[in-house]
Amino acid sequence: MLSMIIRRIGQSILVLLIVALVAFSMFRFVGDPVSVMLGQEATETDREMLRERLGLNNSLLVQYGRFVGRALEGDFGVSYRTGESVAAMIADRAPATIELALFSGILATIFGITFGVITAINRKGFFSQFIMTTSLIGVSLPTFLIGVLLIWLFSVELGWLPSFGRSGVTQLGSWWHTSILTLEGIKSLILPAITLGLYQMTLIMRLVRAEMLEVLGQDYIRFARARGLPLRSIYFDHALKNTLVPVITIIGLQFGSIIAFSIITESVFQWPGLGLMFINAIYHVDIPVMSAYLVMVSIIFVAINLIVDILYLFIDPRIRDAANAGASE
Amino acid sequence: MSLLEIEDLSVEFTSRRGVLRALDNVSLTLEAGEFLGMVGESGAGKSMTGNAILGLIDPPGKIVSGDIRLQGESIVKNPERIRGSHISMIFQDPLSSLNPLKTIGAQLIETIELHTPRRGTAARERAAELMTQIGVDADRLSAYPHQFSGGMRQRVVIALAMASEPEIIIADEPTTALDVSVQAQVLDLLREVCSAHGTSVILITHDMGVIGHWTDRVGVMYAGRLIEIGTTNDIIRSPRHPYTQGLIASTPTMDANVDTTLYQIPGNMPPLTAIPDGCAFNPRCPIAEDKCREVIPHLINDVACHLRSET
Repeated sequence: MLSMIIRRIGQSILVLLIVALVAFSMFRFVGDPVSVMLGQEATETDREMLRERLGLNNSLLVQYGRFVGRALEGDFGVSYRTGESVAAMIADRAPATIELALFSGILATIFGITFGVITAINRKGFFSQFIMTTSLIGVSLPTFLIGVLLIWLFSVELGWLPSFGRSGVTQLGSWWHTSILTLEGIKSLILPAITLGLYQMTLIMRLVRAEMLEVLGQDYIRFARARGLPLRSIYFDHALKNTLVPVITIIGLQFGSIIAFSIITESVFQWPGLGLMFINAIYHVDIPVMSAYLVMVSIIFVAINLIVDILYLFIDPRIRDAANAGASE
Repeated sequence: MSLLEIEDLSVEFTSRRGVLRALDNVSLTLEAGEFLGMVGESGAGKSMTGNAILGLIDPPGKIVSGDIRLQGESIVKNPERIRGSHISMIFQDPLSSLNPLKTIGAQLIETIELHTPRRGTAARERAAELMTQIGVDADRLSAYPHQFSGGMRQRVVIALAMASEPEIIIADEPTTALDVSVQAQVLDLLREVCSAHGTSVILITHDMGVIGHWTDRVGVMYAGRLIEIGTTNDIIRSPRHPYTQGLIASTPTMDANVDTTLYQIPGNMPPLTAIPDGCAFNPRCPIAEDKCREVIPHLINDVACHLRSET
């Protein structure tokens, strides 16, 4: 089992190196950093000196090695636009995005699984039909429209929740700030979290429902019923557990997308997170920020995939045995 | 009073093509400690009878008339009371009867704690005891189903069915999915374990060989009706219903001449959508008369045939 985990970590590192190569090549192919930094008026000698100082005259491999080496130390250079350290910019904005993503991911998972189980157990019931129909809206409406509709309903018409921004922020230690410790902060989190998580929730719900229906038709469920086990135990212990492998795969992947693609939601709600930072970086062709963002998102995806793979081993003894058998060969 | 009495039991399915009668006025009794075989083709209603007893008929099917009594008490209205505790069931495919994500021990202990007063360590000890009874090492309680062979898994399933110490076990084709060499072992085990506890068994099968070896009495089903019932000896040596006779004649025996062609009953069992008037078997029956095409024969003197009921 351990050897399988080590092998998967090795694969993950390989993936990250390839992504780093893409991020690195952005510097070379999207404009010339020298002219961006010095402007058009600079002399050829100035350019040559800067080239030498930035190491742009070294071979590609050496430059790539240096890029990876610096990235490992958390050094992604400075932003072309603000002159700030990119790492510091990310560290400053990551808590807002991570908090939003976690909050909406947890909401999506809890409601997705609950609704999925309910609609699978009671397929013909009014509540199930209602949820299934409304979930179509969640799948088919674009995120920005949902965000705008929510703002219209809850901020403009009802005036219950703020329409934009992240307020009530508390500083926790030197590197984390949170908005969930104040009522105001939680209020400002609700609408963006729903907007961001609605699609994931419907996806999880539909998957759980489909998997539950499949599992409930299995012989071991019939046998569990014939043994007289209570329905609660059959549904939530025997059946739900057997749907988990595909479900956590999707939850994991979706959580990656929540973080990576929070751009739209953050724009709609002016949420001061990474998505907003990234979209500004694109407007201003701020290559160091873009490339650092790319590397960061890929690290998140790879890490989540790794965690999901390890979770498989804990959930399903068959996968565990297969992993052990593979190791002993 | 018999241990289990089924009286005029009918099960119907409402579908778009009308009402299908899956069980039609089935009556039978089961005595304590008895091994009752139920034989018939696929769709004849054997499994339906088993599911009806446990209240496990899936909608849109439902019991429309008749009664099922355990020790004199009707169990049609609230089968949950007896399901798993007084009557348990074993299904055809042991490979898929066990939850793949739970250890054998967890599944056994869960059942023991549900149906007996044993808890914790006592339940675990009982699980180990059951494992020993079925001839599996008690150490393997911590194993998962996929780590067992098919025959072993069916043994575990038997242990699970016995865990609640039920009065009756309904075994629905318990060995059909197993290798022939393992079938006999599993059925021997079932017989042994049940005899030791005085448990009655309803053994559902389409295999006359299994009936001959492991049952005391046998009921023959055809198109949702019970058409003949009697001791295994009588049914095999002197079947009376023409269908039973055909069934016995079409069973291969070891001492038969290889060159003789095996008897076949002409035609097929009708689907539930097209059961003929009168005796359901009449289109295939070699001795059918006009009456057989008009009037449904009832079970009289243990056989449902107009021409064979008189002794």
